[in-house]
Amino acid sequence: MSLFTPDAGLLFWMVIIFGLLFFILAKWGFPLITSMVDKRSAAIDKSLKDAKEVEERLGKMTAEHERMLAEARKEQSVMLKEASDTRKAIIEEARTEARAEADKIISEARVRIEAEKESALRDIRREVALLSVGVAEKILRQDLSDPEKGEDYLAALVDEAAREQKTLN
Amino acid sequence: MKRLLLILLGLFAGAALFAQEEDVPIADVIFEHVGDAYEWHITTWKDHPVAIHLPVIVRSRTSGWHAFSSKRLEHGAVHEGFLIAPDDPYEGKVVEIVDGERVRPLDISITKNVLSLMMSAVLLAVIVLLTARWYRRHDALEEAPKGLAAAVEPLVMMVHNMAKENIGEDYRRYSPFLCTAFFFILLNNFMGIIPFFPGGANLTGNIAVTMVLALCTFFTVNLFGTKHYYKDIFWPDVPGFLKPIMPVIEVFSALVKPISLTIRLFANMLAGHIMILCIVCIIFAMAKYGPAMTGSMTFVSVLFGLFLDLLECLVAFIQAYVFTMLSSIYIGLSRAKE
Repeated sequence: MSLFTPDAGLLFWMVIIFGLLFFILAKWGFPLITSMVDKRSAAIDKSLKDAKEVEERLGKMTAEHERMLAEARKEQSVMLKEASDTRKAIIEEARTEARAEADKIISEARVRIEAEKESALRDIRREVALLSVGVAEKILRQDLSDPEKGEDYLAALVDEAAREQKTLN
Repeated sequence: MKRLLLILLGLFAGAALFAQEEDVPIADVIFEHVGDAYEWHITTWKDHPVAIHLPVIVRSRTSGWHAFSSKRLEHGAVHEGFLIAPDDPYEGKVVEIVDGERVRPLDISITKNVLSLMMSAVLLAVIVLLTARWYRRHDALEEAPKGLAAAVEPLVMMVHNMAKENIGEDYRRYSPFLCTAFFFILLNNFMGIIPFFPGGANLTGNIAVTMVLALCTFFTVNLFGTKHYYKDIFWPDVPGFLKPIMPVIEVFSALVKPISLTIRLFANMLAGHIMILCIVCIIFAMAKYGPAMTGSMTFVSVLFGLFLDLLECLVAFIQAYVFTMLSSIYIGLSRAKE
């Protein structure tokens, strides 16, 4: 059967044409296509890797940013706390100073009041003494004008004075 | 679906009308379609065959080179001492009558298969070079391929990656051959399925064509084998008493590989063509049993024909794939390292 015996003419042409076709396609066809596609897949791989890297870096940056923000917030709170402490201290200091000043003023006032009181008492005492001397003079003058009564009264006064002397002693 | 049924019914009626009481030499028709010829019969128009008469190029042992149109050999005519043998030996081939005996001259005629081979080679070259041109003219890193390049690229990369997987390290050297073989087989398989000119030649179902393809693989495997590959053939690591037997087996296996490649592709494509032709011929074979039989069998024939054509499309791809894959595996084995 001619179907199962390779025909020499077709063999000849097949070798020539297939060889030529292979030569042409291997020189200008397939290597160009495959190399370009390989290049493209390499580029795709690279850009995917780059994208991942960028994402990672972005993540890192976000973390850094967050950290800085937290730090700033912490610092802020520390500063606020310090400020409030300072304020409290200042107020406290002012208060103690004011208290001290007030105490000083009060004590001075007290001393002056004491002195005033002293002098006032002295004046009053002097006045009282003068008054009592006047009163006593007036009393004495009146009582002693009556000899009988004067004598009795003098005696009573002497007694009283003597008693006072005794209790004093 | 409705339209399809309508077409089938039309065929049914048409076939019933044209049913003739005439025996058709089905085997001859089939073998004429799957075989080679010196002319390309396209159709018959008003009882006149429309055919391309291809050049006959022969070298006689006595009178040297001859070249003439196959039209001169039509209907058994003798030209310059040559004729197409009507029966065995050399049935259907150009022979020379020398001393009353048929002698086969050296025949490199442009036959139907050779013309088909030339056309598909040019078509393939155009397709691949146009694709390559797209990559030359565009920056593949900037834009995705369009049109032809987008269609061809996945197939090229499929074969390229197959080579990468099966061959390893220096696959780039072999990838163009595998790609060429794959596209050549695929294109010719599909051209064979197309039932009219310029398709219809049974090229990949021709043993000469598949033999050349398989021999290309054979030489690629055995000319570029590594030391390790040859050592495995001639001095494998086996017990001493096997040492003389193994080379025989290994050489035999190396020789069988291209034969199996040849037969597999050839037989698959030939069988596919014959099956479709048989199914189509049912219509003509049933002609003598009357309109009802012809009509109903036409229906069956068209359904089965459609099924087989779709199957052949699948087989066309599978056979191209299998041939390429086995070639890459054989090459991979010959590139074995320690």
